[in-house]
Amino acid sequence: MKSLILKEIDELIFGSLGIIIFISFFIGGVVTIQTALNLNSPLIPKSLIGFATRQSVILEFAPTFTSIIMAGKVGSYITSSIGTMKVTEQIDALEVMGVNSLNYLVFPKIIAMFMYPFAVAIAMYIGILGGWIAGAFGGYAPSGEFVKGLQLDFIPFHVTYAFIKTIVFAFVIATIPSYHGFYMKGGALEVGKASTTSFVWTSVVIIILNYILTQLLLG
Amino acid sequence: MIQVENIHKSFGDTHVLKGITTEFEQGKTNLVIGQSGSGKTVFLKCLLGLFEPEEGTIIYNGQVYSELSINEQRDLRQNMGMVFQGSALFDSMTVEGNVMFPLEMFTKQSKAEMQDRVDFVLERVNLVDAHKKFPSEISGGMKKRVAIARAIVMNPEYLFCDEPNSGLDPKTAILIDNLIQEITKEYHITTVINTHDMNSVMEIGEKIIFLKNGYKEWEGTNKEIFKTDNEAVTNFVYSSELFKKVRQMYIEERN
Repeated sequence: MKSLILKEIDELIFGSLGIIIFISFFIGGVVTIQTALNLNSPLIPKSLIGFATRQSVILEFAPTFTSIIMAGKVGSYITSSIGTMKVTEQIDALEVMGVNSLNYLVFPKIIAMFMYPFAVAIAMYIGILGGWIAGAFGGYAPSGEFVKGLQLDFIPFHVTYAFIKTIVFAFVIATIPSYHGFYMKGGALEVGKASTTSFVWTSVVIIILNYILTQLLLG
Repeated sequence: MIQVENIHKSFGDTHVLKGITTEFEQGKTNLVIGQSGSGKTVFLKCLLGLFEPEEGTIIYNGQVYSELSINEQRDLRQNMGMVFQGSALFDSMTVEGNVMFPLEMFTKQSKAEMQDRVDFVLERVNLVDAHKKFPSEISGGMKKRVAIARAIVMNPEYLFCDEPNSGLDPKTAILIDNLIQEITKEYHITTVINTHDMNSVMEIGEKIIFLKNGYKEWEGTNKEIFKTDNEAVTNFVYSSELFKKVRQMYIEERN
């Protein structure tokens, strides 16, 4: 089981780091540019650009936006890999051998996804880095002002809130696609349909849980 | 020995198995034949415990399957080997990994012991150069052999095969049939094969049951199937011109 969990961590988490870093970097940059373009009054300090970038990235973009991306990338992979095993009778083969197939296929994925907060922490860091580079090198906010804004009114619980959301989303990303793969019926075409359906449902559940958790933890 | 008593299985309004009773003896190759849609695969999946019959019992060497706990059923299944129609090899594992999988899951053998056992069964099915290949890199006939090797690696008491030679060329199909029969005799296991391949029926069918529309229409041996007057069986078995001629020759010879 240990080797299975490590394999899943490699597939689901390390395999997604590239896309997470890429998206986070540019999203951070865009948030900075958008904020700077909307804060054009000379009375508003430029440090607010750094502040707004930090808050946006930590509270929403890193945990929620990244989770939607993961629902597409990891969720589709989970549904299609389990679904393909279903249609090619590999799950029946496991059952005939006396293996608890649900436990063997899904449990390691759930455990592996508990490493997901580390990926989101990287997304936070890279998102803010992208914002700083866009601000400083694009001429939207001087480096010192941006960094000053990053340190302004920092509330550590916001990071805790983000990680609580991330853990809940990780569970959703592991379980809903597994369910759609494991209980699918039909052939190759249905595997594709199941992947799409699982992405839609995972995204919907993430968005609803995001609202509920925000209301409960920050409201 | 497997005893099947009056099993019924339905899916919604479709009554697929309508009270099948039979016995499969140890050390024999038992064949289940019938047209597509006659209930062969559902019957086999009931034997394997993948489907639960609504009525009737399946008894494995005196153990009534439905009376066993889930853990006891899993333990019993470790004594079963299954060769699926599409082989059902794990795509992410090599040939060696596929065959070693049950040993890794259920035994506490050392790596060297497992490797020895894997080498032995792969050699037994005449596969010696494919250890490190993935299922996508080998032919259909080789996949069947790997599936047989995986099925026998735990020394099972029961071997089930769902159309083991479908999609294979005639020569390879005969090799697979002979291999299954040799393994059945060698390890004295109870083998049940689903097939509609007439060569298999004639060559290795020590006991044959013929299913039609969910009923057991006929049972006998490969010798008896030549003599039977059951119309459904003769229509099925002698559907090709070649087999009609074979039967004609047999009848002429007998007269």
